[in-house]
Amino acid sequence: MKEHFLGDTAVLLGRSLRHITRSLDTIITTAMMPIAFLLLFVYVFGGAIGSRVGSYVDYLLPGILIITVASGISYTAFRLFLDLKGGIFERFQSMPIARSAVLWAHVLTSMVANLISIVVVVLVAVLMGFRSSAGVLAWLAIAGILALFTLALTWLAVIPGLTASTADGASAFAYPLIFLPFISSAFVPTDTMPGPVRAFAEHQPVTAIVNTIRSLFTGQPVGADIGVALAWCVAILVVAYGFAMVTYRRRIA
Amino acid sequence: MTTEVGHRPAIRVHGLEKSYQELEVLRGVDFDVERGSIFALLGSNGAGKTTVVKILSTLLHADAGAAAVNGFDVATQAARVRESISLTGQFAAVDEILTGRENLVLVARLRHVAHPGAVADDLLDRFSLSDAAARKVSTYSGGMRRRLDIAMSLIGDPEVIFLDEPTTGLDPQARLEVWQAVRALAAAGVTVLLTTQYLDEAEQLADRIAILHGGRIIVNGTLAELKELLPPARVEYVEKQPTLEEVFLALTGDQTGDQKQEQS
Repeated sequence: MKEHFLGDTAVLLGRSLRHITRSLDTIITTAMMPIAFLLLFVYVFGGAIGSRVGSYVDYLLPGILIITVASGISYTAFRLFLDLKGGIFERFQSMPIARSAVLWAHVLTSMVANLISIVVVVLVAVLMGFRSSAGVLAWLAIAGILALFTLALTWLAVIPGLTASTADGASAFAYPLIFLPFISSAFVPTDTMPGPVRAFAEHQPVTAIVNTIRSLFTGQPVGADIGVALAWCVAILVVAYGFAMVTYRRRIA
Repeated sequence: MTTEVGHRPAIRVHGLEKSYQELEVLRGVDFDVERGSIFALLGSNGAGKTTVVKILSTLLHADAGAAAVNGFDVATQAARVRESISLTGQFAAVDEILTGRENLVLVARLRHVAHPGAVADDLLDRFSLSDAAARKVSTYSGGMRRRLDIAMSLIGDPEVIFLDEPTTGLDPQARLEVWQAVRALAAAGVTVLLTTQYLDEAEQLADRIAILHGGRIIVNGTLAELKELLPPARVEYVEKQPTLEEVFLALTGDQTGDQKQEQS
């Protein structure tokens, strides 16, 4: 069955990509909230914060990209849930195909959908005055980190997608993830936060990832942040993938 | 060798047991299904019909017992079983966002058949869906969905087809359409295992009928054999042939008291 894995995944990926192109609203709603945050923080709060950090839209964009991914992956859980509920998941599982292709197709679809949303959000930021001195390598590094982060969170999203009993439940897990950037260096520097909050903010994954992307955007050395960011992404990926696979096996046992 | 395969039953189930936590759903289910026949598994809601189908289609592991489909063990040769079967589950398992034709092409690609497009067009024609081929399935009626669902099950010429409550929730007209499709399957030599809670459906379609009750098969036979199970004296009191419905209610016993009182 191994030799079919790539072919089967490609066929199923084609299927879920069609879902996305036929329901573009999911991409728009995914990009809408981050764009709203971008507008709100740059044009409402930005004037008060911006004096400390230079161009506020430049400061803010990395965190907004994290929020974009966090809200985008909830659709993966949602789509997976619908497949399970509608019975088409069981149809695929009872067919002579590589079984894991069904999950991988959803995961790769999430990568594509999030890429589109991220491009849309970056374009809006550019319209709002975002400028970057990053070279090609720095942009590739940013793309790589975001891809790894998306992959990790997507496997996390597979778990509620497989276990939820309602569509709301399948996508609700994303709310804490969307909220996490607020208690990080994404919106404001951490040094004005009171002790415990600051300690949390400086030791959670979003801060390391946001700081790395911000350094890459502005052409600064990334320092130790990139190691911490990659470690977090890989750790989340491994744990989420493991739990997703256990859940999946239980689901089909 | 082919003749040997031909003599083996298409489905062989022996001592199948399955529990969900405390709830014992199957407590030793035995039955064989002959090649090319339509076999109806009859039972009330929650009798375990779907559990049997899920075990046979490799979606669920049994706790005990053995089952073979097309000569392959469902536990140890699951991949071979999946090559031999098609499952049409309780809900029409079609992709709502794709068109009817795209659904068929999708399954044809996954089954690695040659010329997926031609296979799809042929099936659309056979199931009278050609006019709706380019429409999203979300616009289809219940009967059209079921027809598409069954058409998808035929791709790759599976030798055994499981139809789990194929007409639940359909209007009478759509039901007749599905019945026609099932008869066409059997005529083409496919083995069909059908579960249903509608007694007339089993009466209309099945070569053999088994009643699943209390986790076991309590009877298994042709319609004529099942009708003989009632004492002939009963025929004298009632001025008509016992219908399968009466056989079923008499055999499964419980919950029928109220109904009889109402009727008399």
